[in-house]
Amino acid sequence: MCLAIPGKIVSINGDDPLTRMGKVDFGGVLKEASLAYVPEANVGDYVIVHVGFAISRLDEQEATKVFEYLNEMEDLSELQESAAVETAPPQHPAKKQQR
Amino acid sequence: MKYLDEYRDAELARKYAREIARITIRPWTLMEVCGGQTHAIVKFGLDELLPKTITLIHGPGCPVCVTPLELIDKALEIASRPDVMFCSFGDMLRVPGSKADLLSVKAGGADVRIIYSPLDAVKLAQANPTKEVVFFGVGFETTAPATAMAVFQARNKAVKNFSLLVSHVLVPPAIEAILGAPDCRVQAFLAAGHVCTVMGFEDYIPIAAKYRVPIVVTGFEPLDILQGVLMCVEQLEKGRATVQNQYSRAVSQEGNRPAQALIREVFRVIPRKWRGVGEIPRSGLGLNEAYAVFDAESKFGLAELQIEEPSECQSGLVLQGRIKPNECPAFGTRCTPEHPLGATMVSSEGACAAYYRYRREPVTA
Repeated sequence: MCLAIPGKIVSINGDDPLTRMGKVDFGGVLKEASLAYVPEANVGDYVIVHVGFAISRLDEQEATKVFEYLNEMEDLSELQESAAVETAPPQHPAKKQQR
Repeated sequence: MKYLDEYRDAELARKYAREIARITIRPWTLMEVCGGQTHAIVKFGLDELLPKTITLIHGPGCPVCVTPLELIDKALEIASRPDVMFCSFGDMLRVPGSKADLLSVKAGGADVRIIYSPLDAVKLAQANPTKEVVFFGVGFETTAPATAMAVFQARNKAVKNFSLLVSHVLVPPAIEAILGAPDCRVQAFLAAGHVCTVMGFEDYIPIAAKYRVPIVVTGFEPLDILQGVLMCVEQLEKGRATVQNQYSRAVSQEGNRPAQALIREVFRVIPRKWRGVGEIPRSGLGLNEAYAVFDAESKFGLAELQIEEPSECQSGLVLQGRIKPNECPAFGTRCTPEHPLGATMVSSEGACAAYYRYRREPVTA
């Protein structure tokens, strides 16, 4: 029910923020979507579309975090291990929690 | 497709599973809130990648499933009227009411239409001025902005033959209801990513603090869900209970402000009945006074109708994570997607339907 699919805006119709519509490309399938809730979105942006409405513009930088998270954890545990060897008592490195 | 395929990488999924196994020391019970996540977990067998000491229980996050019987009966009553064109998302058509479902009413001659967007219902109303067009507004916070826009446009364009049967529910009060139950087993939540796309996650911060549960806003693809589980387990093992955002490519802390503004313009927070669960205070949306003329229940004089739930369907226990779908005695025998006893067997996101489709035999985990 809350299914929402990412697609790329290929064209935009209208200037009124409340009725602005976009043509969105979902892997080759084109569909109209309301852009009323993504006033910042432009042609070329990826948006998440739910029941005919774009509800979020995808953040390209944030989108890669899932691929880097394990490496970050690995670096962190190496850091912790070397800290444990070098210092006593071991310091607990501050970790980025709110991502 | 970009932003989908790369989140289904099997090798990285296995790496996530290994990392989860590496850091897990004690047994933990997590609940994924959203039916879309349940579907992905069962479809991709993600729970089977996890250590046996981690239990995923499936939450109430399927709006179709929690729509109470009495609203389905109201929908059937309205749809059966000769002057009505009844519009709904496809998921609702086979949800059983007391005596029938929308599909059988349609087969009997009622004008029931499946639409893609709520705005389509407003267009139908404009194109058919002699008909009463009613939209069955079902959904969580994700869908509420779309429904709100339909009503807002209907008022702006003075479309008088459009009305809304509202069945909108809100997620945070349901999470609190689950956490407040005396036999609650849930120790951490994967919060529903698309609900948070609209609402942000500020509402979850006091819940995480009050009940000492980690809450991780999580997406819907296999890597999203595995990362969400990993972040929950990291917090649990360290004794932390904060809100984290795994789905940051789509979700910000404050959410979608323009969408929230339109929800507030059209709707107000009211108590709502959840199918199989009962009434939860402040857990739903009803139309604001300025939009009350669009309320189908008053327009068709059905506001007082009250129906009790049947006893055989145990969807209430499934929706609260107290039993797995295949632990219900009716599962796969007296209750199947062709002949469902309850909505959890009908909706594509219902836990019972997901188990029936992908996991007919009980899994010994």
